[in-house]
Amino acid sequence: MTRGLPDPRIPSGPLADAWRRTREGLPLISPLRKGQMDVLVVGTGLAGASAAATLAQQGYRVKVLSFHDSPRRAHSVAAQGGINAARSVAVDGDSISRLFADTLKGGDFRAREAGCQRLAEISSGIIDQCVAQGVPFAREYGGSLATRSFGGALVSRTFYARGQTGQQLLYGAYQALMRQVELGRVQLLTRRDVLELITVDGVARGVVARHLLSGELEVHTARTVLLCTGGYSNVYFLSTNALKSNTSAIWQAHRKGALFANPCFTQIHPTCIPSGDVFQSKLTLMSESLRNDGRVWLPKHPDETRPPDAIPEKERDYFLERLYPTYGNMTPRDVASRRARELCNAGRGVGPGGRSVYLDLTDAIKAEGKGAIAARYGNLMTMYERISGDDPYSKPMRIYPAPHYTMGGLWVDYQLMSSIPGLFVLGEANYSEHGANRLGASALMQGLADGYFIAPSTVTAWLAGTPAEDVPTDHQACREALESTRTRINQLINNNGSTSVDSFHRELGSVMIDCCGISRHADGLREGLKQVKALEQRFDAEVRVPGDACGPNAELEKALRVKDFFGLAQLMLRDALAREESCGAHFREEHQSEDGEARRDDVNFAHIAAWEHNSGGVPTRHSEPLQFTALQPSTRSYK
Amino acid sequence: MKLTLRIWRQTSSDQPGEYQSHLLDDVSPNLSLLEALDQLNEQLISAGERPVSFDHDCREGICGSCGFLVNGQAHGPRAATSVCQLYLREFRDATVLTLDPWRARAFPPIQDLMVDRSAFDRLIAAGGYCSTGTGQAPDGNALPIGRDQATSAFSTATCIGCGACVASCRNASASLFVAAKLAHLGQLPQGQPERSRRADAMQRQMEAEGFGSCSSNLECEAVCPQEISADWISWMHREQRS
Ligand SMILES: Cc1cc2nc3c(=O)[nH]c(=O)nc-3n(C[C@H](O)[C@H](O)[C@H](O)COP(=O)(O)OP(=O)(O)OC[C@H]3O[C@@H](n4cnc5c(N)ncnc54)[C@H](O)[C@@H]3O)c2cc1C
Ligand code: SF4
Ligand code: FES
Repeated sequence: MTRGLPDPRIPSGPLADAWRRTREGLPLISPLRKGQMDVLVVGTGLAGASAAATLAQQGYRVKVLSFHDSPRRAHSVAAQGGINAARSVAVDGDSISRLFADTLKGGDFRAREAGCQRLAEISSGIIDQCVAQGVPFAREYGGSLATRSFGGALVSRTFYARGQTGQQLLYGAYQALMRQVELGRVQLLTRRDVLELITVDGVARGVVARHLLSGELEVHTARTVLLCTGGYSNVYFLSTNALKSNTSAIWQAHRKGALFANPCFTQIHPTCIPSGDVFQSKLTLMSESLRNDGRVWLPKHPDETRPPDAIPEKERDYFLERLYPTYGNMTPRDVASRRARELCNAGRGVGPGGRSVYLDLTDAIKAEGKGAIAARYGNLMTMYERISGDDPYSKPMRIYPAPHYTMGGLWVDYQLMSSIPGLFVLGEANYSEHGANRLGASALMQGLADGYFIAPSTVTAWLAGTPAEDVPTDHQACREALESTRTRINQLINNNGSTSVDSFHRELGSVMIDCCGISRHADGLREGLKQVKALEQRFDAEVRVPGDACGPNAELEKALRVKDFFGLAQLMLRDALAREESCGAHFREEHQSEDGEARRDDVNFAHIAAWEHNSGGVPTRHSEPLQFTALQPSTRSYK
Repeated sequence: MKLTLRIWRQTSSDQPGEYQSHLLDDVSPNLSLLEALDQLNEQLISAGERPVSFDHDCREGICGSCGFLVNGQAHGPRAATSVCQLYLREFRDATVLTLDPWRARAFPPIQDLMVDRSAFDRLIAAGGYCSTGTGQAPDGNALPIGRDQATSAFSTATCIGCGACVASCRNASASLFVAAKLAHLGQLPQGQPERSRRADAMQRQMEAEGFGSCSSNLECEAVCPQEISADWISWMHREQRS
């Protein structure tokens, strides 16, 4: 059955101020009634923790589930560089309309303009909120908030706390959440893996979770469910995401009817520490902010063997500065990643296998001193040294692109509700304002805008308009969801295979990076689809999950995740295949200009692709057309 | 290189534990210790044995999930480094590493190298926050905070809640963790209104959770991956008296 695409509920009228007008028109609920309504929040990253704390402050009974042992460990903690906000305080001329334009343009016109506008309008309030919570943002000597610049922008609007911005923002939200726990308004359930969505009469009313220590399956019901479960870059096995980042909650919701939007829009970040050994488990990001002070280069000669400091200036190719004189080292991520990969493919790369380029801070260290650089990026420099064994103060760092962030996710309307009524999706888990390419420092902004400011209004509006009875945990729908989860677990546990989950995951990752990575073409995507299907069948037959379903079982956790990644990977490949254009991070080799830049097709593809799951069959692709009123699509140029 | 891992194995908190030794024959010095454990676990799985449980997630030293003793030292021999950032190139070939879980009354064992550190969350819930609601914030620039002051607050705010300080303290005290939070908020104007209430509440909670008291042996500072200074503990004591 094709349900089609619900109304995206984009406000009519002028763009500026549309959110204020919308919000003022949304219904409210009396504080007394809120106390009788329960809300389920899955995930305690920036999006989940901020939403849960705010909804609790409004008076709802909030239940929060997370597979971490503490909300403080959600992967938002790892965000390094900073958070954007348009505050026209400096003289470089930033404004809400500039941030809006950079966001829309950075996403290569594949995001909704109303969403980008709202983000830009809310952004400044986020900074104030976080300051009030005690987030120690970097400050100027005189005491005002400091900023730095980030890729894809010509103004300095990124607020930061050394290279640990995500950590500090998360601790702010976590502390706000723990305060609500202490006040008795939030029930915090940690070490719970959410594996299934419960719908009653087509409305989201709960989840099935596995207690990661006892192995018990639990049913949690509520008036509404918020999924804030982060991104799915781990489909590539090696990525900058934490090892437990996954797609399970949103993938299972997709299987229950939630549309999945633009799954193939995955961002490959240009500045990561390159990989080495097969047993390497993840890739580590070197914040983009380093490109403020660092210059990216390669030796001009492919056969160069000298160490970098022995290569004279005129024998170096500062390729980003050469190709993009305006933005130089600050070109957006997709562009920088592609150029690095091309040069490495052409045999110009350095390091093992020729798979890296230099990120060189020497000039900045000479100009400002080691102390100043350490103060700005200290922890990143330490991280690099620990992982590579090299001192980044005395030698240029070696970097290479790596999967980092997923712009795709569950489709949501302007009010952050998915195509399943009552199911809200926040943060990286949703398809959101990033379009085909996320600008640096905009994910933190989006997660916190969703959690602190948008969802609290729109969830209230939904609850006000949808009177409902409580769903008892032994309701037929709950029992069915429980049973199907149990079946999935038993299948994995009882499989008499001999191959570890990780080895399948590694194989899946290598197919995905080859076929659906920095650049894609139709043959590769078709081949990838074949390989992933075959690999999934082998997984079903041969995977070995030791131990049983009760008690802690990390292998079972992984197996459940990887099984979901197989489904998602196929959808990503299909989506990339269907999108016959190059835009943002989605670069189809068939669609490029003579000088190797992306060629967008606004006539046929100025839309969001939203996929509907068909059990057993091929998914259906719906499209939501994008309208541009304030800023007309133009070719992105960073020259 | 070759590596022998002598690991504390315990199926659950009510079962006794014991050491088991495992040999890794061919492991790259460019792997982290956690990646060596992954490699060991693949071996154990293919041999039909139970893999070793250990907490981890980000594997880049920032989430605070990982943590166990390596040859008796919390997070291993390298200063300012969490165990996920400890690389095998730090060790000699054919070395033996003994891995033990954090041991403290307030951190009950779960399995193998995993312990329950939720006591830290309850410490934060007791008062480790600024009581501000969403939507009530003044302009962030209306509260000027000098760069040095902001930097100092930041340096204490970076505690990742790993628990190494507790694990290496002979009294299993949580003083460094609590001092870090009090100093983070107590150095900022936003933290002033609740400053003394926060200090009292966190102190009381520390006792209730069964953490010991500080006897200034400074092991906490030596093992802290975030290099949080034990001077803040003295600062905290003044804070609690005032
Ligand atoms: C290394 C790195 C650096 C970055 N730097 C920046 C930056 O400088 N600026 C910027 O703007 N963005 C940055 N980003 C992106 C940004 O950090 C993320 O997009 C954002 O933090 C995601 O927040 P979130 O709340 O959506 O998800 P997360 O923080 O990932 O939280 C997900 C939550 O969901 C829970 N969860 C997930 N699945 C389940 C399940 N099945 N059951 C139960 N619980 C579940 C987890 O326990 C966790 O609590 C960076 C990302 C990375 C990886
Ligand atoms: S104070 Fe240091 S050792 Fe203690 S929990 Fe924090 S980071 Fe870990
Ligand atoms: S795994 Fe996150 S700090 Fe070690």
